[in-house]
Amino acid sequence: MTYVRHIEHENIVHRCFRCGYCRYPSNYSDFNCPSYKAFGWDTFAPGGRMWLTRAWLAGEIETSARFAEIMFSCVACDNCKNQCVFPKFKDFLPDIFQETRAELVGEGRIPPGVRDYFKAIAVNGNPYKLPQSERGAWAAGTGLKPFNNHKYLFYTGCVGSYDEVGQRMAKSVGKMLVDAGLSVGILGSEETCDGNDVRVLGEIGLFTQLAQANVDIFKAKGVREIITLDPHALNTFKKDYPGLGGIFQVRHYSEVLAELIRKKKIKLKTYPAKITYHDPCYLGRHQNIYQAPREILKAVPKAELIEMHRHGPNAFCCGGGGGNFFTDILGTAESSASRVRVREAAETGANILAVSCPNCAKMLSDAVKMEHLEDRMEVLNLAEILERARK
Amino acid sequence: MSDIRKSLVDIVGERGVSDAPEELWFYSRDPGVLAPHRPDYVVAPQTTEEVQKIVRLANRQKIPVIPMGNGMSLAGLVIPLKGGIVMDMKRMNKILQVNPMARYVVVEGGTSQGALKAYLQKNHPTLRHSIPDAPPATTIAANVSLHGQGRLTNQYGFNSDMVTGLEVVLPTGEICLIGSPSIGPYWISKGPTLPDLSGLFLGWLGCTGIITKVGLKLYPNKKIRDAELFVTDRVDLIPHILYKLTHLEMLEDINVWFQPKPLMFLGNFHITIFFTGDTAEEIEFKRKMIWDTLQEYMDSKDGGFMAIQYMKSVLLEMPGRNIADFADVPKGGGFEYSGPIAPIEHFPQYAAKLVELAAKYNVLYASAARLISGGHAMMFSISFAFNRNDPAMMERVENALDEAMAFALDMGGIPWKPNFKEQKMTLERMEPNARNLLLMIKNNLDPQGIMNPGNWEVNA
Amino acid sequence: MHQLKFDQKVCASCRSADCLLKCQYMKFSGHKEAHGEMMKIMKGKDSRVLTECMTCYACEEYCTRGNHPFYLISERREEKGMFTAPRPITNQWINMTKMQGKYLVGDVKDKALSCCYIPDLGALGTGEIFKDVASAGVFGAEFMCPAVHTHFARMSVIKERLPVVIENYRKLGVKEVICLHDECYGTLTSIASAYGMEVPFKPVYYLDYVLQRMKELKDKIKPLNITIAYQRSCSNRLIPDKLPVVKKIFQLIGVKAPKRTYQDKNALCCAEILRSISGYKLADDVVKRNIDDMVKVGAEYCVFNCPACQISLSEKVAKRGLKPVHIIDLCKMAIGEKERGTI
Ligand SMILES: Cc1cc2nc3c(=O)[nH]c(=O)nc-3n(C[C@H](O)[C@H](O)[C@H](O)COP(=O)(O)OP(=O)(O)OC[C@H]3O[C@@H](n4cnc5c(N)ncnc54)[C@H](O)[C@@H]3O)c2cc1C
Ligand code: SF4
Ligand code: SF4
Repeated sequence: MTYVRHIEHENIVHRCFRCGYCRYPSNYSDFNCPSYKAFGWDTFAPGGRMWLTRAWLAGEIETSARFAEIMFSCVACDNCKNQCVFPKFKDFLPDIFQETRAELVGEGRIPPGVRDYFKAIAVNGNPYKLPQSERGAWAAGTGLKPFNNHKYLFYTGCVGSYDEVGQRMAKSVGKMLVDAGLSVGILGSEETCDGNDVRVLGEIGLFTQLAQANVDIFKAKGVREIITLDPHALNTFKKDYPGLGGIFQVRHYSEVLAELIRKKKIKLKTYPAKITYHDPCYLGRHQNIYQAPREILKAVPKAELIEMHRHGPNAFCCGGGGGNFFTDILGTAESSASRVRVREAAETGANILAVSCPNCAKMLSDAVKMEHLEDRMEVLNLAEILERARK
Repeated sequence: MSDIRKSLVDIVGERGVSDAPEELWFYSRDPGVLAPHRPDYVVAPQTTEEVQKIVRLANRQKIPVIPMGNGMSLAGLVIPLKGGIVMDMKRMNKILQVNPMARYVVVEGGTSQGALKAYLQKNHPTLRHSIPDAPPATTIAANVSLHGQGRLTNQYGFNSDMVTGLEVVLPTGEICLIGSPSIGPYWISKGPTLPDLSGLFLGWLGCTGIITKVGLKLYPNKKIRDAELFVTDRVDLIPHILYKLTHLEMLEDINVWFQPKPLMFLGNFHITIFFTGDTAEEIEFKRKMIWDTLQEYMDSKDGGFMAIQYMKSVLLEMPGRNIADFADVPKGGGFEYSGPIAPIEHFPQYAAKLVELAAKYNVLYASAARLISGGHAMMFSISFAFNRNDPAMMERVENALDEAMAFALDMGGIPWKPNFKEQKMTLERMEPNARNLLLMIKNNLDPQGIMNPGNWEVNA
Repeated sequence: MHQLKFDQKVCASCRSADCLLKCQYMKFSGHKEAHGEMMKIMKGKDSRVLTECMTCYACEEYCTRGNHPFYLISERREEKGMFTAPRPITNQWINMTKMQGKYLVGDVKDKALSCCYIPDLGALGTGEIFKDVASAGVFGAEFMCPAVHTHFARMSVIKERLPVVIENYRKLGVKEVICLHDECYGTLTSIASAYGMEVPFKPVYYLDYVLQRMKELKDKIKPLNITIAYQRSCSNRLIPDKLPVVKKIFQLIGVKAPKRTYQDKNALCCAEILRSISGYKLADDVVKRNIDDMVKVGAEYCVFNCPACQISLSEKVAKRGLKPVHIIDLCKMAIGEKERGTI
């Protein structure tokens, strides 16, 4: 078949069998592709996206709002990459969806929410359309200082900087790092959006601009080691920044906190609670970090960690990945990812849903309200849980 | 037509209907080689009542309805050959009840094999159902609509034999219970001791109604499963080996497979022998029985057991995740198979024909036969892989499959999940009175001819 | 075509006939019978040995006069069109190990690390111990020694393929090939010399290499203080002079290997090949005697030096409470690279 449009991995799209293994966790207990779960059409499953991409490349279907919706409702959770049964091409599934989105961006045919997102970031530097000068405001009272030859840069990202729930996480983590005696500073108003989700949504030009700005300032400030609040930032710093000359030692704060506990820099009393932990896609499947957060929770005396049915590599996304946190293409219906996920969390009987990513924190906090689970379950980030155990 | 769209939206809501080019393109085809045909609408009902309303609407408007599970028959059975409404059943996916003592489950008409497997594993670990090796997204109702076979078929018959009752929406819109649930609360028999009406729906490929509930037998799930792999290069011995193995009357499943690639498989026929036990002693006892019964072939050096420790986990997977690998051998994501049901003694002839056809049409073959009911018959799969970007290769596969089915019918086999062409071939050979009976049933049940038209169409 | 160098005179004048008399799987009434059978084999006559030999390789070691009784038995079997294992299994091995151009060559300079065609070996040849050569791995049928076909009495396959393998290494321009498997080292030394094949590089036995490295890493070694039973592989019989290396390694890492009934020359085979040739009865018996013996001496670990033995016996020893571990992993444990729990 000759294609009239082109993407990098076009020589693979015809190899999808559309068998549908990709929409499941490894034990097939429920649908694990958030987009398929929400929309319920085969076209919204990874295999559907593969087949439609091929049809679209071949000109058998045209660019349309529906096609864009199908492509942009993929939250880049990487479940399909893990579950597809064809080892020779499974690794490229999310890339193919990203490349298709990039083509749509090129054609200028993207959902309004995505357009607004790009525009806000291009104009304001953040999707909240808030002034850059307020980017570091959250740090007040944490003891965090502007980065100045510190050993570590604590990189916050847009959600941690501007969103209320995100700020809560940034504050508690930041304070904990300072309290543990780490030499750590922040960039505050000099920080730029990490661009991970911009890239995933296919705006490679804007991403490169953002990333380059970060790389430049990191270098100018002499940054060597970075602790990220947001697993999304962790992901792009590790995967994409080196290609732009940005080679730093990057860790997620959960890895750092786990180490501080191990080294007894953070001491814990007891905190009797039943905790279940939600693996963020960008920490888990994308970066293979499953143990550090669990190590933290298991270190809390009297706390009990109860796993959700789907966890680790099989975790179900909160629905906030791949820019959906802002663009909200998945919507908030009963079958939307965040609501499904908090119901699953509640099933464990846990009274705390532990999160380690600011996007998940916000998505799941909202969903707990929508599901009227506030009385049964509290969404807390890892540092907040440690905070309670320190009292 | 937009009136129909509006009526459909009234029934299932905006999120349950699509006539967008994207869905119409996708739901007009399956992964096999048959040409696509566009539906007019795709709907996804969530309740029996919605199904009923859609069918009534279709009756009034005389437009086709094609029930669909995951579209994995590969034989184009969900391609809307005459347009109409493709009904994606997968949102009706509840597991309604399990009766653990009577060992049955009742599921909705779109519940997937994977979901049932996970549910039983979690909630009833001592029970299992007969899982086919089809991908887990395929549905139970679809599988019994085409007389599928699964892991327990060697012991207990076709998966459709395991049905314990049905709820169907007739082509004219009535909701109808079949078997014991039509009399009382228990889903314990699909027919006997009554006149068995389930035969009006099982194996009809959605041409006589839409199954909205299925009762299905469950079986003991032993604690340990194990497998042995026996190989021989003498195809003439296969029927005898199978006869001896089935005589043991203690095996879970027996599959015979051969394929030229990868090279290690070339020239040999492989018999995977599955068995189960609750204790290590039971497993060892059965293993010895298996080895003892085949010792004579080892002594004559004609056959032997492979050391399979390193591939055991793959062999024991249910469904077998690696089965679809074959599709990608020509790096093109496709394979199609027809699987005639035939006496085991014909294995050598079928095997020879498969190799002959692959050479004649220059396509890659594989075969995996599954024993049915302890050896009364086998499903002999005639599989060819193709590259989806190579239309000429796809046409060769289509022709090879046509020829394979003609051969199977000549050999006295009967087709399994036949595509519309194979159905035609079959009907032409059918004894005329039997054919007329089929026609009579179809016309009476579906006077407007709206159910999956193009399939099981009898031209009197 | 290379011919087996078998000195008939040496055999004819042999007073011990140890090759057959010591065999663990065939019984002979005494020197006369054993020697008589060997003479028949030499002359190309029928012998019960040709049908009864289990291909355990041991006679290669039992013969102390430098002849090659096992290769001869295998030659004769093939000449007579005999099969040891079932024909389809024999052919499967021949097909499976055919060179198809699907090999991997790492960053090879003057040394190559032979990972044969066994993925497990690639994982073993890593870490601090192999840090200088891990990147120089080669993998694939092109670099696999064909010794396995002796089990199936298909010496023709060896004669055809071994020169190609040797040539493939030569083309890499290496001075040394570190063999991660006894079979590989045994082939490049014993078999190659028995057939007069020239090997234009130095085969290095991996346990020699490991021993050397462990000496260098001495500071990092924390004695394991465990008791083990060692499963000797069949191909170690081709290189009996290397037997002491294992013991030296054990000493170095603080591993006790109490004396067993079935060790060294009396070692029992992992029985996989026995199972394939004659069925489960003999194999089960050998496995049982072997593991009983391991348990009797109080071993906590069963240590392997061959991935094939390990695959075949792991589950079985684990069921009896022993932990299966490859000797390389044991060394990695000793220098803290692997946790005991992960084995
Ligand atoms: C890799 C692979 C392995 C396979 N292995 C097996 C195997 O081991 N055993 C086996 O049996 N099959 C096997 N198959 C074939 C096939 O996938 C299965 O039979 C499967 O059960 C089909 O389910 P589906 O949901 O995809 O059916 P579909 O293709 O969607 O439907 C099949 C037929 O059922 C009808 N139908 C669907 N739902 C209903 C309903 N609710 N009421 C009435 N009619 C309905 C459809 O109209 C159609 O005619 C395999 C296929 C593949 C690709
Ligand atoms: S992406 Fe992989 S698992 Fe999913 S439908 Fe395609 S081939 Fe199947
Ligand atoms: S990355 Fe996640 S959301 Fe996107 S197609 Fe794959 S499973 Fe679905």
